[in-house]
Amino acid sequence: MTTAVLPATERRVPPLGGFSLTFLRLEVRRLLRNRRTMVFTLVMPPAFYLLFGGLSDAYRTDSVGRGNVSAYLVISFAVYGSMLANTSAGASVAVERALGWSRQLRLTPLNPVAYMLTKVLTAMVVGAMSVAVVFAVGLLTGAADMPGWVWVVSGLVAWLGAVVFAAFGLFIGYLVPSENVMQLLGPALALLALMGGIFVPLDQLSQTLQDLASYTPAYGVGVLARSALLGTGVDAGAIANVVVWTALFAAGAVWRFRRDTARV
Amino acid sequence: MTQTQQPIRTAGTTPPAVALSGLTKRFGPVTAVDGLDLTVQPGEVVAFLGPNGAGKTSTIDMMLGLSQPDAGTAEVFGRAPRTAVAQGLVTAVMQSGGLLKDLTVGETVELTAALFAHTRPVAEVLDRAGLADIAGRRVGKCSGGQQQRLRFAMALLPEPELIVLDEPTTGMDVEGRREFWGAIRADAEQGRTVLFATHYLDEADAYADRIVLVSGGRVVADGTAAEIKAMSAGRLVSATWTDVAPAQAAELYGLDGVEDVELRGDTVLVRTRDSDVVARYLLTATTAHDLQVTSRGLEDAFLALTTPPTTLGASR
Repeated sequence: MTTAVLPATERRVPPLGGFSLTFLRLEVRRLLRNRRTMVFTLVMPPAFYLLFGGLSDAYRTDSVGRGNVSAYLVISFAVYGSMLANTSAGASVAVERALGWSRQLRLTPLNPVAYMLTKVLTAMVVGAMSVAVVFAVGLLTGAADMPGWVWVVSGLVAWLGAVVFAAFGLFIGYLVPSENVMQLLGPALALLALMGGIFVPLDQLSQTLQDLASYTPAYGVGVLARSALLGTGVDAGAIANVVVWTALFAAGAVWRFRRDTARV
Repeated sequence: MTQTQQPIRTAGTTPPAVALSGLTKRFGPVTAVDGLDLTVQPGEVVAFLGPNGAGKTSTIDMMLGLSQPDAGTAEVFGRAPRTAVAQGLVTAVMQSGGLLKDLTVGETVELTAALFAHTRPVAEVLDRAGLADIAGRRVGKCSGGQQQRLRFAMALLPEPELIVLDEPTTGMDVEGRREFWGAIRADAEQGRTVLFATHYLDEADAYADRIVLVSGGRVVADGTAAEIKAMSAGRLVSATWTDVAPAQAAELYGLDGVEDVELRGDTVLVRTRDSDVVARYLLTATTAHDLQVTSRGLEDAFLALTTPPTTLGASR
């Protein structure tokens, strides 16, 4: 070995807090390698679309806003898939903490902000895949019908709006140091999706539940993603829902992260 | 006994590799590190030796910026630990964990390399650590020894000037330990500073230039292995002494050089600087027989320096 140890004066700190595309690429690859995550984010949402009757004759012919009920379901399950993908990516910090990987990363120049940003971007990459899969199934089976621009707008909103769940996943990931955190989150997400009007339209729930539902974290992204199809315009309350929940979960994640680093 | 060793090199151009001053860490009512002072000069290979709970890991955590001291300061090459870490000046091999099972060996090194501003080429590091053949293997499928070689490879990536090893050979077999230390020694000969925590006395004895003995969160001895052994110089005299009363045995304290007397059933153990006096007394003035005299090694020094003094009568 020829150790020409680098003089201390020439030592540099990497730019952008150690953020790197290699790190992002490997993070996405890890997530795609995880079979459970794949089932959660790429198989279950389109399967639910089919199971909930996306291809049924009634849903093809019943019109909703600018399209049909099948299109409504496509958007709903795209939001669901995006929620699951974002939560999985965020919650992966729980596994990393359990394995001591977070501690290992703190022995590198990686800045915690760059680390969390990488997690959010990973969530967005996999979230985009999940939305794309549901949309592809909706398109290729030919049942869903809505104008081209509605496909594009609702897809983008389902994708971007679900970032609230990346923050949620990070928060839970720092709260629960366990390798099995997704077993806890699966049922929780199903409940949140129900309250967010993802599985059934909220007007089929009781008034009390409807009132309650509008304050739950999946409500905002659901309303916003469907607004192009329903022609309801932009709902300020739904935007506030997404912004407030994202801020709360992000604050929670930062709070737990601080405690974590103080203790480790 | 000196509390801190004299610097090997004259002070001036380069700051010390490690400078800990009055370092203190408390966890609730427990003081894990209690005003610890330590200076390590560049190029030294230092063993941080102490029993479990001596405060070794807490000290290392503060040295690496993983936790903040409650009092005192820690500097690495004259910098705050976090800065030294970010610049790749110091890296560490932790005792377990710290690896992702679902990445391959090659990906783990690639990822780590991507986070630093400057590293050796990934392929070269894999090759040198003997990991090139298993670069495509998932970390979760690697043996403990392979995982430890991977941790070592990751630590060498940014060409650190100081490498910190926290009980690096825990769980390794004898051959694995020998190979590991061979690699560390070869590396240190190139001028790298090495600080390792261990509770294996033989490792400290064989591989370190200098041993820092910690107990109760403080440095209790500091020097070469020979110096540490000399600090509790003397011998152990043991003999069979049937039906001895503690008061009788206590009379041994009256002899010159006796440091400690202990009764274990019918056996009396006497730690002393002058074994002849004790042997003569035991064989002539008492009924003791089957007498043995042994010189004390590093282990005795270790025990003598890290356990509080005991008095006779309280049989251990």
